[in-house]
Parts: sequence; C-alpha cells; structure tokens
Amino acid sequence: MDKPFAITLDPGSSLANKTGSWRTMRPVYVDRLPPCNAQCPAGEDIQGWLYHAESGDYETAWRQLVRDNPFPAIMGRVCYHTCESVCNRGKLDEPVGINSVERFLGDEAITRGWRFEPPAADSGKRVLVVGAGPSGMSAAYHLRRLGHRVTVYEAGPLMGGMMRFGIPQYRLPRDVLDAEMQRIVDLGAEVRLNSKVKRIEEMMAEFDAAFLAVGAHIGKRAFIPAKDGSRILDAVSVLRSMEGEEKPMLGRRVVVYGGGNTAIDVARTARRLGATEAIIVYRRTREKMPAHDFEVEEALQEGVMVKWLSTIKQQGADGDAGALTIEKMELDEKGFPQPTGEFETLEADSLVLALGQDVDLSLLDGVPGLELKDGVVQVDPATMMAGRAGLFAGGDMVPAERNVTVAVGHGKKAARHIDAWLRGTRYAPPPKHELASFERLNTWYYSDAPKTMRPQLDLARRTGSFDEVQGGLTEDNALFEARRCLSCGNCFECDNCYGVCPDNAVIKLGPGQRFQFNYDYCKGCGICVAECPCGAIEMVAEEV
Amino acid sequence: MNASIKFYQTGTFTVGNRLLSPEQRSVQASLERSNAINSGHRACQGCGEALGARYAVDAAMRAVNGQLIAANATGCLEVFSTPYPETSWQLPWIHSLFGNAAAVGTGIAAALKVKGRQDVRVIAQGGDGGTTDIGFGCLSGMFERNDDVLYLCYDNEAYMNTGVQRSSATPHAARTNTTMPVGPEPGAPFGQGKKLPLIAMAHEIPYVATATVADLHDLENKVERAMSMHGARYLHVLVPCPLGWGADSADTIKLARLARETGIFPVLEAERGEVTAVSKIRRRIPVEEYLRLQKRFAHLFGKPGHPEMVAAIQAEADRNICRFKLLDKTEAV
Amino acid sequence: MRKQIEGSRAVAEAVALARPEVICAYPISPQTHIVEGLGELVKSGKIAPCEFVNVESEFAAMSVAIGASAAGARAYTATASQGLLFMAEAVYNASGLGLPIVMTLANRAIGAPINIWNDHSDSMSQRDCGWIQLFAAHNQEALDLHIQAFKLAEELSMPVMVCMDGFILTHAVEGIDMPTQDEVDAFLPPYEPRQVLDPAEPVSIGAMVGPEAFMEVRYLAHAKQTVALERIPEIAAEFCDRFGRNTGGLVRSYHCDDAETIVVALGSVIGTLRETVEELRRDGMKIGVLGISSFRPFPLAAVREVLQGAKRVVVLEKSFSVGLGGVVSTDVRLALEGAPVRGYTVVAGLGGRAITRASLASTLRDAVDEKLEPLTFMDLDWRIVNRQLEREAASRRSGPIAENLLRDVGSVASKVS
Repeated sequence: MDKPFAITLDPGSSLANKTGSWRTMRPVYVDRLPPCNAQCPAGEDIQGWLYHAESGDYETAWRQLVRDNPFPAIMGRVCYHTCESVCNRGKLDEPVGINSVERFLGDEAITRGWRFEPPAADSGKRVLVVGAGPSGMSAAYHLRRLGHRVTVYEAGPLMGGMMRFGIPQYRLPRDVLDAEMQRIVDLGAEVRLNSKVKRIEEMMAEFDAAFLAVGAHIGKRAFIPAKDGSRILDAVSVLRSMEGEEKPMLGRRVVVYGGGNTAIDVARTARRLGATEAIIVYRRTREKMPAHDFEVEEALQEGVMVKWLSTIKQQGADGDAGALTIEKMELDEKGFPQPTGEFETLEADSLVLALGQDVDLSLLDGVPGLELKDGVVQVDPATMMAGRAGLFAGGDMVPAERNVTVAVGHGKKAARHIDAWLRGTRYAPPPKHELASFERLNTWYYSDAPKTMRPQLDLARRTGSFDEVQGGLTEDNALFEARRCLSCGNCFECDNCYGVCPDNAVIKLGPGQRFQFNYDYCKGCGICVAECPCGAIEMVAEEV
Repeated sequence: MNASIKFYQTGTFTVGNRLLSPEQRSVQASLERSNAINSGHRACQGCGEALGARYAVDAAMRAVNGQLIAANATGCLEVFSTPYPETSWQLPWIHSLFGNAAAVGTGIAAALKVKGRQDVRVIAQGGDGGTTDIGFGCLSGMFERNDDVLYLCYDNEAYMNTGVQRSSATPHAARTNTTMPVGPEPGAPFGQGKKLPLIAMAHEIPYVATATVADLHDLENKVERAMSMHGARYLHVLVPCPLGWGADSADTIKLARLARETGIFPVLEAERGEVTAVSKIRRRIPVEEYLRLQKRFAHLFGKPGHPEMVAAIQAEADRNICRFKLLDKTEAV
Repeated sequence: MRKQIEGSRAVAEAVALARPEVICAYPISPQTHIVEGLGELVKSGKIAPCEFVNVESEFAAMSVAIGASAAGARAYTATASQGLLFMAEAVYNASGLGLPIVMTLANRAIGAPINIWNDHSDSMSQRDCGWIQLFAAHNQEALDLHIQAFKLAEELSMPVMVCMDGFILTHAVEGIDMPTQDEVDAFLPPYEPRQVLDPAEPVSIGAMVGPEAFMEVRYLAHAKQTVALERIPEIAAEFCDRFGRNTGGLVRSYHCDDAETIVVALGSVIGTLRETVEELRRDGMKIGVLGISSFRPFPLAAVREVLQGAKRVVVLEKSFSVGLGGVVSTDVRLALEGAPVRGYTVVAGLGGRAITRASLASTLRDAVDEKLEPLTFMDLDWRIVNRQLEREAASRRSGPIAENLLRDVGSVASKVS
C-alpha cells in the first residue's frame, strides 16, 4: 500500500514510544506468607497443597503436603486446625475447610496406595528415635527422607503413641493410623516395638544422634480421700486399655473429673461402652473449659452431662463407696474458681481422673548437661537440641502446647537440625515473607462460597459404636472446598494484572510461570496492585 | 451471565482462571489476545478508556476472527492512540471527525456489503461527547437505518480530551471546567443530561447493552453477543477517567465497580427495545462511597457540603435499582 | 444514445454508468432529482452491486462516503447550498484523508435569506477545501464531467466536486448523448484504492499530525492538485478520443484570439455569454469568452495564456466575497500578474436573478466604453437598496431587510401604517 504521508500509519507502531519513562512508582510482584501457613504448628505449606488440590491434582497436592507432614489422614481427623481460625476467608464468609481437604487427600493416598519417594543418598549416619508417636515418627520420616538411617524404639506394642493410646477410635480409626505409620516403615525406618529405652546415655554410643519423643503417658493424680473399694481410674489408662483385649469396666454411672479434651474423650468412650450416665465434673464454666468447643458440643449431643463449677472433695461419703461429695464453686473477679462451702452428693460406679499427664523422664537419668524443669526437658527452641550434644527432644516431653500437630512439627524441625548437626552445619530456615493480611486482598474477585460441612454419623450410631463420627468430603466437595482458598499473598495466576493493565505492560509467562512487568511501557498507575485479588503486587518508589 | 464458571470458587470474577478450559477463559486472559491498542499509547496513567477499548475491541476481534474494521470519533481515544508518526491500533482503523464515527461506520459497512465481504465486520467508537452530543445525529441515523455496525461508547462522563468540560453524559453535581463547583447549585445541574442507552433502545435496534471496565467477563460476553448479531448494535461502557474525575489512577476499576454496585450505573442488556437482562448488584453500597473517591464531587463533602445533593444522587441510584430491578432479593429501597 | 432528458436524470444515469458502489442520498433542492434518479436505478437493480444509503443529513452523507471510500468502495453523493455547508467539516476531511469521492454540487445560493435558486456561493464557500472543483457549462458537459471525475479522483486519490448550476442545468430538459456501459467501462477502470481499510493489511487512517508534519501534508495536497492541472486536460482529451466530445479540460475559450475584451465566467452562463458575444461581434466589437472548467486546481497558466493579449477582462461572477468583491476575479488577476490588462468584476445572477442577454450586452458595452465600475452589480435595483439604506439611517429598528425589500417590490402586503 502506497500510504499517504503522515495521515496513514503502520499498525502497532506506538511500540516506539516507551511510556515507562512516565513512571514514578513501579509495581513489583511479591510473595507473602499466608496466615494458614504461618499458623500451622507442623509448618505445612497449606496454600501450596490446596493450589494443586484446586486443579484436581490430588497426588501432587498430597506430595506437596507430605513434604512437611507425613500424616494427612490423621491430621484431617485429629488436628485442631488453628489454620482455619486465622484463615482470611473467615473474614469474608467462612474459613476454608483446610482440615477436611487434608483428610480427603490423606484418605485418597491410602485408597490409592501412594507411597513416599525413596530417600536421598544414604548419609551413613545413624539416628535413634525414642517413641513411635507423632513426634518420633515425624522425625523418623524426615530423617529418612534426608538419607539417614533411623531406628525407632517404642516401649508399647504398637506404633502411634498417644494417637493410639489417647485418641478414641471414633475420632481416629485404627486402620487409618496403621496405614500412615506403615508408610514410614516402608520408607525404611526401623521400628522396634516393645523396646523401652531405659537409659538413653547408654544408647548414644551406637548412634550419631538421638531424638526423644516419649510423650506424656502418666496420668496426674489428685488427692481425693477415698474409702476402700471405691473405683478411681486415670483417663490415660482407660483410653490405653481400649486398645487392649479387655475393655475397662466403668459401670453404668461414670464420673470424669477434668475439663480437657481427654476428659471429653473418656466421657464419650464411657457412653460407647454402655454407661447410661457419663458425667464430667469441671470446676469452671464452659467458656473457660480447655477442651475444644466442638468436642464438647459433640459430647453433649451424645448425652454426656457436665457439672459445671464443681470439684470433687471426697469419695465414699457416708460409707457409700460410690458416693462422691461435690463442692459447688464460683468464679472470682479474676475468673478463678473459689469454693462456696455448698456440697452435694453424686453417685458413681467409677471415677475417672482426667487432670493432665506427666512425662516419664527416667530414661534421661545420667545424661550430662540436661535441664529438667516443670516435668519436661528444656531444649533450645531454635534447634530442639537438649543440653547434651546430639540429643534432641520434642513432642509432649518438651515445653510446648501438647497436641498431635505440635508434636509432628517438632519432629520435622528436630529432623532438620539433626541433619544439619550431623553434617557439622547449622540449619538456617529460609526467611519468612511478610504476612499476607486480609487488608491487602481485593476480595471482590472471590465469589461467595460458604464452607462445605462434613457429614456426621447419626447420633444413634455414635453412642452405640466406635464408628468414626466425622465423615469425609466427597471429591466434588473437596474440590469445591480447595477452590475456596484465596491464595493470600501469592500469585495464583488469575490473569488480573495481565488483563487490567491499560498499557499491556504485563507479560504473561505461561502456566506456572506467573507474570513479568514490562517496565518499558508500565506507567505506574497501580491498577494491577489494586485489582490483584491476593495482594501479591506492591508499588515501590521508582529509583531516580 | 457468568453461569458457566460459577462452579469455580477461586477468582470467578478475575480476568483468567487456570481451572477453566481455555475456550471458557476471557479474551484478556489469552496470550493470543490481539492487543488491539498496543503499548506505547499516550493515555494517562490508569486510563479507563484505553482499558475499555482494548477489552471491547479485543473481544470483537476474537468474535470475528480478526476480521474487523474500526471507525473512531475524535477524542482522547483517538488522540492518545494515533499521534503521528505512531499508532497503537493493530486493526484497520480510521479517524474522520468528532461527530461522524457512526456514519463512517455505516459507510464502511456499506462498502463491505457491496464487495461481498460480509465476513469483515465494523465497529464505530467514541467517547461520550462524540456519542451523546456531537455524534448523536449520525448515531441515531445509523440506528434508525439498522446499519450493520456495533457502536461502542466509552463513557467517561465529560469532554476529557479538551480538558474536562461538561457533556450530556456528565452526572449531576459533578464538577467540570464548564460546571464549576460555585454558586448555590455547584457542579453539573440536576435535571439535565441524556441516558443514551435508553434512547438507543427506543430505536428498537437488535441489541443495546451497558457494561463497565470492572466486569470484564460481562463486557466480553456482551461484545461477543453483539458480534453474533447483525444490524445496529450499541454498547455503552463506563470508563472512569482518573484525570477528569479527580481519582487515584489505581482506582479506575474500583470506581467502575462502585458505579455498578451503587446503582448509579445500571448494567443491562436489551434486544429490540426490551430489557432482557440486568447485572444484579452483588454488594449494595451507598453512593457516598463512590462519590467520595472523586474530587469532582469534593464540594458535596466539604464544609458546609451539600448533603441534599448527595441525597438527590442517592435517589437517582435508588430509582435505577427500582426501575431496572438491580437487586436480587426484594430489598427495601 | 441521444436522449431528451432532464439534467438531473442525465447526471444520475452518468453516475450509474460509473458503477458507484455506495451512494449517500439526502434531499436538498436543486440536487434532489439526481439522488431520486439514482435511488430508482439502484432499487431496480440497474446499478448493482450498490448500496444506496438514505442518510439523515449532508454531514452524514459525506461521512458515509468517507467510510465507504476508505473501505475501498467507489462512493458518490450530491448536495447543494446549505447542505454543502452542513457537511463542510466532512468535505475538508475527505480531501485531507485523500479519499476519491465524487460529489455533484447543484449550485445554489446560501442563506439567509434562504433562497433555493442558483448562484455559485456554495462552491466558492468551499474554494479552499482541497477538492477538485469542475464546472459544467451545459448538461452534456455535466454528464461527461461525472465520468471524467471518477477517473481523475481515483487516479489522484483526491475528491472531485462536479458543479452544475441548480435549476438552470439540473432541471433543464435538453438533448444529450448518453454513452454506453461498455464505453464507460473501457474509459473508467475499477477503483484501485491507494489506501484501504483491510484486515489483511491493517493501517490507521486519519492520524493526528502536529506542527512537525502538517505543512508537508498540506503541501503534498497542493502538489497533487498541480498534477491534476496536467491530468485534467489529458483525461478530457482521452474522453474526447473515446466519446467524440470535447468536454471538460481546464478552460474553454470562444473568439479570444483577437479579442480586446474577454469575459471570464463559470458554468451555464457561458452559453448566454457566447450568444451575447456573437451579437456584439456582429456590431464589430472584438470580444471573446473564457470559460473556466477547472476552478480548483485553478489553471493560472492557461488563463494567462488566453487573457494576456486582451486589453480588458471582465469577470462575470455568480458569487462574491462580501466586503471585497469578486472571488473568481481575485484568482484571474493573480493569473494576470504584471500583464497590462484592465480588470472588471461583474457580480450577476445572485440567488437566481436572471442574467439576460440584454443586460450582459449593455454591461459589456459599458466595459468597452470604459464606463464600467471596477465592481459592478448587474441589474441591481438601486431604488430599493437606497430605500432600505434610508430606513436604516432613520431608525435603529428598521426591521428585517429581506422582508422590507419584498414589500418594496410589492411581493408582500405593505404593513398597515
């Protein structure tokens, strides 16, 4: 075409005009730490595995998950999922059902027989793990993946620790527990059952390092004056005996003393064992109860009764071996229970004490340099190493909140530091990104989607059997739930920046590759920042 | 209008969605989008019109497999896209005059028809001044003859190219340089102005729709729908102007979104003069939230301010909500 | 084929022979019969393929033609007077964009006072719009010029206005020779645009051009019209070869070789002038006529060539520039720069005032007798002019001029006083 001068121009020739020179601020892509990830005691990359679950690639999601936690099926049942309480979506409608998706992935892995990838090259180092509970097995798993030889000594007859001997079957079916334990054995961790370590120091010569995670299995006693013949048991023993051949004989009227999750577990177990009345005696109010509210709620649904603001003063009053003397309490202005001098009598065939557990620290006798305080071993919180070189500890036997997820997290953390220690280095965790706060999100872009509720076993079957109470999600539901994730603080390739730039100054790099700014043309308007749903772009002053 | 992707909960309203099959994704999400307006154009930072035009023209390009010709009215879009010796347009494009884009479109369509090139389609486009004021006669003629042209009005509610003067699309109370915020009734007078989409509907042309740059999927769907039809079609796109509205350049899309969510700018579709669909308000908000982001309404909120004018604007929004049934549930207005 | 038809119909049929692809129609007297004729020809399928667009204004008419032409179609429209002014912005735009649109201008006065009759004010108002303006002296030439106009326009990528006197030509039934389609097809090749809106080769037409290139664009338009000065006579010659008629070209002179006095004019008045000159020659007066066919580009050299030997030149104009005088005269004088020729401007026929042979003869005799004013308004009724001037001097509220004048000449009832 012989084009008329100046009036008629060639297409797209404005590329010669580099409008980037107008800019005073420039957008940059950032990654921020999602609140769920920040919160997870086991250090899971929750957002990372949800991302894969969203696209239905469950195996990749599972593999991403087990990089940090080898027990998704267990976690999906027993983890108290504090991640969900900090989930930004909770400010929008309801938190993402992280726990239920995790369980779905865990169950999917068991159903499909997914196995861990074989360990890296053998390091030649030997590590002793004491205790096959969540912390010990977590450590064993991570150490194996790092190429170390692991031997687990377990005092009990089965793997699982408190997950087996403390958590009732209706919350954690044993086939699920077994499957996830066995997968670690299959990874090459040697587990010696019924092998109690009496003196750790004596074993240290055979190993290059050791991780102790013996748990807290000794039920605390309270001094309650009692007549002969009265039946007083401790909660840990009751729950442990559930795993044996002989179920505990609790009678028709069972009183449980305590307010923690264990008290709830025992009361619910008692109902399932046939107790017509399972009564929890707790000295404070429901609001003050340490047990998780949903567990209290489930217990109440199942007919467990609670006597609030009550303490047990005596058993066997007036010569009645089964009679408990209860004193009513009231809360003072600081919220502490104070006795009122008002008493009443409660009939009970048995009294179960659920007042907390102590650690059996006898294996530490003779270990130099250790500090024991408040009944637990003091460790360097940065490394989990105790006062003796090469000796690490975690789980319930160190100062921390006692739950399965924390214990699993200890196992991972200790494993990394043991690995570094074995190599003569120090593990430096990667720097944490800035927290992805709700305020940085543009939530307009997320469609309204209420949380999917997991099905629950009907009430009749709950009190009559040890069948699992909480059901799992179907695949459709799990997918839906995963897709509720807002991907706080990290690009999920929604193409918004690519689409909303008036200057076409965003380069799309293709699936998984995210985007790049074309600063030749970016005028620095900031629309991409304002319209990024997940807050993964920020404006910074242009260098002059 | 987004029913096909409702299932996907993450980023349903976003430009793209990696979970969708490529053919369900927006044109703007595609690596192959035509970028009808190339980089290097001289629109202000955060220009809603540059964005709206690319959204619309790219969508039209995809709908007709690139066989598209555009006629453009004088105005910002024309000036910032084609200063000699550079043009940003990547499709055959002609600028003739301020007031004749629709007629030029008619001419192109007539030529294509004669030449048997019915595969090539025509759009004409302009700003609100070029559409609702000076180009109105040609536009109405194009409608009335039902010429095979899609007319795209990028409405930024004033003559921005000449330095922000009132047009018949300028909202009530808004400050422009010909409706200064002085006197007892500051800003653009109430009781004046044109609602061009409704006037277009009165022509009973095959298709009339409104859209904003805040809802890309809706806009693209409407362009695609328009391009699936023949005859005169009209799409009125609200494109916030950071300069003329006195708004932050980053708020362009947000403002468009608020315009819709307040009911100030009803988003609808009509065929042959009858409304066939409206975009429901998702999270209703008071107009004040929209007005406060714009300096052109600052005089409403200063001291002493004009609460009665804010109330009057709210009443207009409420009337839209009633009239076009913009709320999903029956909510008291 | 010899036909006895109205000028408008002849033009419509000539345009039809040029195979226009898009025709934009908007009614305005005295052009209306042309588009009516074309409408019928399109609707009956005699012009095909062709889009006949009934637009809503002259502004739209030219705008639709712009779009059509830019998209590669042969585009045509017709207008007059107010219509030309209403489309003026688009008229300039069409030439600025270099689009070879052909438009008939049925010359008519411009109001107010509104007047539908013939003069050249409309053409002259667009003197500088960048279009080629060709004037037809008679209906055969009007017909022929349209066929030549498409060829010229498309060769040069430049719009052409064919000007023909409203009513005098458009509504006159005369005998004409209508060429055959084959003859026209052989003369006028299909339109091959210089630039076209085509998705296969996208371009942006109509860029904003600043001080850095605007003058060059303007100069190039001028250079193109300079080329037209060569092509117009060549095309006329080719037309003559094929059709046997000598129409068009730059200028046409009658009895100018020995003339001491030459009358210059445009359009249909040339016919009257020729008869008047024949009459005066019989009286021994050495007088001739120079008809200007191409007003834009203005053929300075050709005009000088004819006029430079004369003693005096009388430019007979159907328009004038208020406050100055002749419009064409200014151009003619430029052509005569330095030549010892006396120049007169005679403004005549405004708003359809009849130009009679008697008045012309009398005026030209005055010129020869050196009694003519440099600027003369032929047949001006001084009586009513002076009466109005008196009224205006006497009273601030002297009332509307046109109505006063009509009252003076008795066309409307006198105000009861």
